[in-house]
Amino acid sequence: MGASSVVDDRHPALLKESGQREVFCGLTSIVWLHRRMPDAFFLVVGSRTCAHLIQSAAGVMIFAEPRFGTAILGERDLAGLADANEELDRLVKDLLERRPEIRTLFLVGSCPSEVIKLDLAKAAERLNTQLVGRVKVLNYSGSGIETTFTQGEDKALLAMVPLMPSSDVDQLLIVGTLADAVEDRLVQLFGRLGIPAVTSLPPRRSADLPPIGPGTRVLLAQPFLSDTARALVNRGARLLTAPYPFGVEGSRAWMAAGAEAFGVAPAQVAAVLDPLVERGRRAIAPHRELLAGKRLFLLPDSQLELSLGRFLQRECGMELVEVGTPYLDRQLLDAELALLPEGTCISEGQDVERQLERVRAARPDLVVCGLGLANPLEAEGIATKWSIELVFSPIHGCDQAGDLAELFARSLRRRAALSFA
Amino acid sequence: MELTLWTYEGPPHVGAMRIATSMEGVHYVLHAPQGDTYADLLFTMIERRDKRPPVTYTTFQARDLGGDTAELVKRSISEAVARFQPEALLVGESCTAELIQDQPGALAGGMDLGGIPVVNLELPAYSKKENWGAAETLYQLVRGLLKPQLPPPGFAKPSPQRWREEGRRPRVNLLGPSLLGFRCRDDVREITRLLDEHGIDVAVVAPLGARPADLMRIPSADANVCLYPELAAPLCSWLERSFGMATVRTVPIGIGATTAFLQEVCGLLGLEPPAVGEADRRSRLPWYSRSVDSTYLTGKRVFIFGDATHAIAAARIASQELGFKVVGLGTYSRELAREVRAVAQELGLEALISDDYLAVEAAMAAAAPELVLGTQMERHSAKRLGIPCAVISTPLHVQDVPARTSPQMGWEGANVIFDTWVHPLMMGLEEHLIGMFRHDFEFVDGHLSHLEGASSPSRPAEAEQSGGQPAAAPVATALPGNGELVWSPDGEAELAKIPFFVRGKVRKNTEAYARERGLEVIDSEALYEAKAHFSS
Repeated sequence: MGASSVVDDRHPALLKESGQREVFCGLTSIVWLHRRMPDAFFLVVGSRTCAHLIQSAAGVMIFAEPRFGTAILGERDLAGLADANEELDRLVKDLLERRPEIRTLFLVGSCPSEVIKLDLAKAAERLNTQLVGRVKVLNYSGSGIETTFTQGEDKALLAMVPLMPSSDVDQLLIVGTLADAVEDRLVQLFGRLGIPAVTSLPPRRSADLPPIGPGTRVLLAQPFLSDTARALVNRGARLLTAPYPFGVEGSRAWMAAGAEAFGVAPAQVAAVLDPLVERGRRAIAPHRELLAGKRLFLLPDSQLELSLGRFLQRECGMELVEVGTPYLDRQLLDAELALLPEGTCISEGQDVERQLERVRAARPDLVVCGLGLANPLEAEGIATKWSIELVFSPIHGCDQAGDLAELFARSLRRRAALSFA
Repeated sequence: MELTLWTYEGPPHVGAMRIATSMEGVHYVLHAPQGDTYADLLFTMIERRDKRPPVTYTTFQARDLGGDTAELVKRSISEAVARFQPEALLVGESCTAELIQDQPGALAGGMDLGGIPVVNLELPAYSKKENWGAAETLYQLVRGLLKPQLPPPGFAKPSPQRWREEGRRPRVNLLGPSLLGFRCRDDVREITRLLDEHGIDVAVVAPLGARPADLMRIPSADANVCLYPELAAPLCSWLERSFGMATVRTVPIGIGATTAFLQEVCGLLGLEPPAVGEADRRSRLPWYSRSVDSTYLTGKRVFIFGDATHAIAAARIASQELGFKVVGLGTYSRELAREVRAVAQELGLEALISDDYLAVEAAMAAAAPELVLGTQMERHSAKRLGIPCAVISTPLHVQDVPARTSPQMGWEGANVIFDTWVHPLMMGLEEHLIGMFRHDFEFVDGHLSHLEGASSPSRPAEAEQSGGQPAAAPVATALPGNGELVWSPDGEAELAKIPFFVRGKVRKNTEAYARERGLEVIDSEALYEAKAHFSS
């Protein structure tokens, strides 16, 4: 079921596949979104499968009472949507009584709620009137029939955009969940570059939404925020295009794009960033030694594949066998595509059995893939790196470039360290 | 609609996956959207499986819904059959596909698949759960495969003792062990060995490790052992009705149950009953439990929650074989609630039947146990409450699939249980010595790190006081709707002299006594009065 089309003149062959996709759905992004905003609750309206998915993706059940949950639809809800709405209202009321610290409630649509056409936008509207002044209710869909994995974050942020206050203030808005420490560091560096007003979406407190308007320049921290980016542009912001802040090259270009938009002189940019780039390269060096010349196959999963492929090829010297991506947003990935070597094999979508056949035929030195595939590939003698770790770990910026390279090198290092002779 | 934060069981199609993945030569085509592929990681990560589950997902998307999703199902089926060449095919759907009503099973029925057996799984996702789905799948699969062998109505039931005339050893099937079950791999090994010691062979183990052809040999055995009722009870009942096969229903977890199991099997097959004293010779649990170091286990308060099979077994072992006091018993297995209620009643308790882990945690906190035996969910609740815990049941975590052989069933299973349950508690002699020497400088904070969390965390002040400094100011303790109780400095000082491992209980009892008597301040006199009250 593969079909070829043209990405651009540098990447003539895009392999488009539509078959079984071994990818999480958008609900999974709740796992990192709820940690970013400790005053928000994510209520999935769905089935037991949804609850089980999030629980399994979270890996361990370590939290006291998590700030996410599932309103599980029962047979009665399916029989009558009127009842389902009443039930949802009751359940939200109970939930908020128990969790008075919650300021924002996300109603998250799922496959079943989409299929039965349970109108969560209307439900949010209704609940907002009831809860006015106490809790803001938002809605978005994280369903697997509409979103893959990280796209869930895009839809969640998109739901927050209309609530952002309008303002003409000059500011740099970083969009995409970052680890708090990484965010602090980036804000500090932008400050050194002379950009004092740096805000973030999502914010640390869901109620403290940054303003938006013609003075806002947007830098996306993640390459999967297509809809959010468009909505911010529609609110007057300017979207800056740059490679994403992975590795020293991407991070420098990304920060420089921000600086340029504020008229910071290139000499100032160089003065602030070049020492970081230099230090980052030194941190990467021992891992590059191990990774250089090794062949890499990225299966479609987190939507970070093009950026990671670019980093691993250009900064760690790896050879790209195939770079898979769940979907290709050319506009958002323009700068990344330009940095990938000419003729790189890029695949969009998935037919997992065929793709695994290509993996086996190519015998790459390292495969980046999801948790369902990692152990089976290892058992076939193929080294893997789980992609889900990349959305949980602090990997953005020059200062994390060495750590990012280490995540990939570790798989190879471990295999080399083990001996059962 | 019900709010679920963490869930004990997955949806029923995950139960079907457990059957398919436990077996060889079976493939499961599941009509489901892309996110549902998460279920693969349950097997590849928790069970560390080195193979992908034999499941093909149709992974339909929103844009397919306007078109022909039925065509997608058929394409997925024919591609899966061509690629994997299964010996039997399961066809079903997950919660979302159930709503669009493509009826994949019926579609498969209309296809030419080269004559392989096809089982149409209808697992209602909005009313049933994982264990039910697993049991139904196992039953449907076996029923489908055994159809050609069904005896005519009015057939004569085969005798479980026919092995004598046939001049062979008696043989039984072990039904129910599966992946993502609790220690099934090791239980099968242990029970196979146990039966062999009594001259009994195992004919078929299913679903774990079985091929479809093995399932077709099920009727050749003299009896079925219903090893895990959650998964195998419906199948065993059907085999009784349709093939006249007898079922052994005692689950051999614990000394008493293993003995009863052997008596049941041997009785049924017409073998000599197990010799008196076999348990003492074959397992260390009886002696370890009688040995003096175990005296301190007497009356330890234990709270039990899990699937029905393991909760019931745990209740009997705890109360009869270890001398614990069971202060709470419950299960999330609604299908077997009646059995759990009966055991709870024998212990003077009311069973907690719930799949709301917060309700379980509340019951746990209210019961004030010294040990929790539960699932991974209770392990986390117990950790929060500062109570030692051992895991006895699914849902499980990667750490519950140990590398070493670690059964729950049979004689060795009893040994494993003794170690696993007693280990989180302090050993008796150790506990006694720490009590004696607790004022020595070695026992000030920091030296007690291995006990961290073993005493009540809701009283952090007590950890400090174990260093010997009584609190100067009266300590207030909240009383629900009843104002506040205050501990006087001399009351606190007296409390601090009590060994820390019983201090929490004494504090609780004394406060209950004070409340009952309407006291507002607890001084040392009140403490001694309470002590006398509770010991009389």
